Amino acid sequence: MKYESQSVAKLYFIAAIGLFVGQIVFGLIMGLQYVMGDFLFPEIPFNVARMVHTNLLIVWLLFGFMGASYYLVPEEAETELHSPMLAKLMFWVFLVAGALTILGYLLVPYAALAEMTGNHLLPTMGREFLEQPTITKIGIVIVALTFLYNIAFTILKGRKTVITLVLLLGLAGLAIFFLFSFYNPDNLVKDKFYWWFVVHLWVEGVWELIMASILAFVLIKTTGVDREIIEKWLYIIIAMALITGLIGTGHHFFWIGAPEYWLWWGSIFSALEPIPFFMMTVFAFNMVNKRRINHPNQPAVLWALGTAVMAFLGAGVWGFMHTLAPVNYYTHGTQITAAHGHMAFYGAYVMIVLAIISYAMPMMRGRKACNSAASQIVEMWSFWLMTISMVFITLFLTGAGILQVWLQRFSDEPMSFMVVQEKIELFYWMREGAGLVFLIGLLLYVYSFFIGGKERTVEDKV
Amino acid sequence: MSEVFTKSMARNIFYGGSVFFFLLLIALTFQTHEAWPERDNHENLTDQVRHGKELWEVNNCVGCHSLLGEGAYFAPELGNVYQRYGNSTDAIKAFIMSRPKEGIEGRRSMPQFNFNDEELEAIAQFLKYVSGINTNDWPPNIQG
Repeated sequence: MKYESQSVAKLYFIAAIGLFVGQIVFGLIMGLQYVMGDFLFPEIPFNVARMVHTNLLIVWLLFGFMGASYYLVPEEAETELHSPMLAKLMFWVFLVAGALTILGYLLVPYAALAEMTGNHLLPTMGREFLEQPTITKIGIVIVALTFLYNIAFTILKGRKTVITLVLLLGLAGLAIFFLFSFYNPDNLVKDKFYWWFVVHLWVEGVWELIMASILAFVLIKTTGVDREIIEKWLYIIIAMALITGLIGTGHHFFWIGAPEYWLWWGSIFSALEPIPFFMMTVFAFNMVNKRRINHPNQPAVLWALGTAVMAFLGAGVWGFMHTLAPVNYYTHGTQITAAHGHMAFYGAYVMIVLAIISYAMPMMRGRKACNSAASQIVEMWSFWLMTISMVFITLFLTGAGILQVWLQRFSDEPMSFMVVQEKIELFYWMREGAGLVFLIGLLLYVYSFFIGGKERTVEDKV
Repeated sequence: MSEVFTKSMARNIFYGGSVFFFLLLIALTFQTHEAWPERDNHENLTDQVRHGKELWEVNNCVGCHSLLGEGAYFAPELGNVYQRYGNSTDAIKAFIMSRPKEGIEGRRSMPQFNFNDEELEAIAQFLKYVSGINTNDWPPNIQG
């Protein structure tokens, strides 16, 4: 760690990991509700568990992105953070706002929460992923703008690199596109259309800029490859991400009342969306192969390679599988979507945050470069357990989805939704099993932070 | 990548490409606005339907159901539930009212929301309005 103020990232990373554990616990609850419909009913109905699961994911990834920025921007800009105080203050604001929101979901009926928070004044609640009370959304904007100010002023007073520039563009886009969450017209078609300006332009747009810049930073640090080469890759990857992803938004406009030409625009451009992810995989492996140093932090390199591969599989391959309009006509809104969503989020965003945490945390905890060999071994076990179980979660949901499409939509005598759900129960059980393995992997991950011992050097075998 | 392809070329592709396709997205969005009146069933967007949408939102219906394929996949698609229930808002209302408070043993069950008549009618009318949106013939069949 070169600059004292980088250490504010530690708070953000600890919160991220804590919320991650919560997210997975609620994921397991939902998974069980899929097969035991009355589990925790009516105390925690499915919709509540789902809000907690998805909102915790978003919040902890945002904590991760902010932590990553606070860590890497001072180092890249070669200067202390503009205001470490503000960073700490905003951490607590965001954490308390997030915790209150989650408690609100769990403790009062959603309609009561809407009333308590004055949703009728500016109705924004009750839309997928944007369930937060309007007041929380305003809080998110305040935190995001303060954070952007802090990061931007740090970059302005220091060295400007391509990594910080791309990161800043991604973070600014994140804040700007979130503003669409305040637009909730009565007309459902318009509501749905602009909802995607938050959701798609986040995860298939500006978040990719954030991911690519964090990946570039970790690769520069762990491989020692020349910055010029890495920056060239970074530019071309994010160029392809936006060139394909912006019009690729159209693959969400097929069946929600938008005009038919979106079937073409959406199919063609989103079919190209795997390209930037494929380039990221090639990039990561190339840089590691050309490495000029052997970094002693092996898990960090593993997460960096892992995120590139899994993002390509989850976002690229599993996205492509159902993105062409004639296919999507049958798969839209089935377990195929759920399968894709799980692997894409894990591969692209969970793993990139874990990569930067893995790289940065040992130094913020006073080590020279990395943890002990014993700790690294456990962390790498957790990598494989989580990653392989996520592959199986995705495969089981894909199996469920294919059967669902067949029985409910494709066969000569389509069956009703609930009948089909019972017929594909076996896949949900297997998914729940894989989910349990994921939790074990995650707990091992947390445990790895508590394993001490002598710091590993490159000569020590792992 | 070879030396022929320089960093500044990559940078120019990024800026040029992003700006171009962002402008294209805006242009297509304007075009979509033009096309909507023909497709979005706005002529049936009454105050009652507006109220129905609000109830749909503040009860987080999308947390279990999908609507035009978007939402959760825990409970049936509702974009065409009006047709599935025989073009009857009464059938929709009857179903919502009939949900047992404590659920059904071992099975998924919709919560009992204790809506009054006016609210039930608003929700049913909202779902009827949704079923009139031109969705390019989606879903493929009545099962949703």
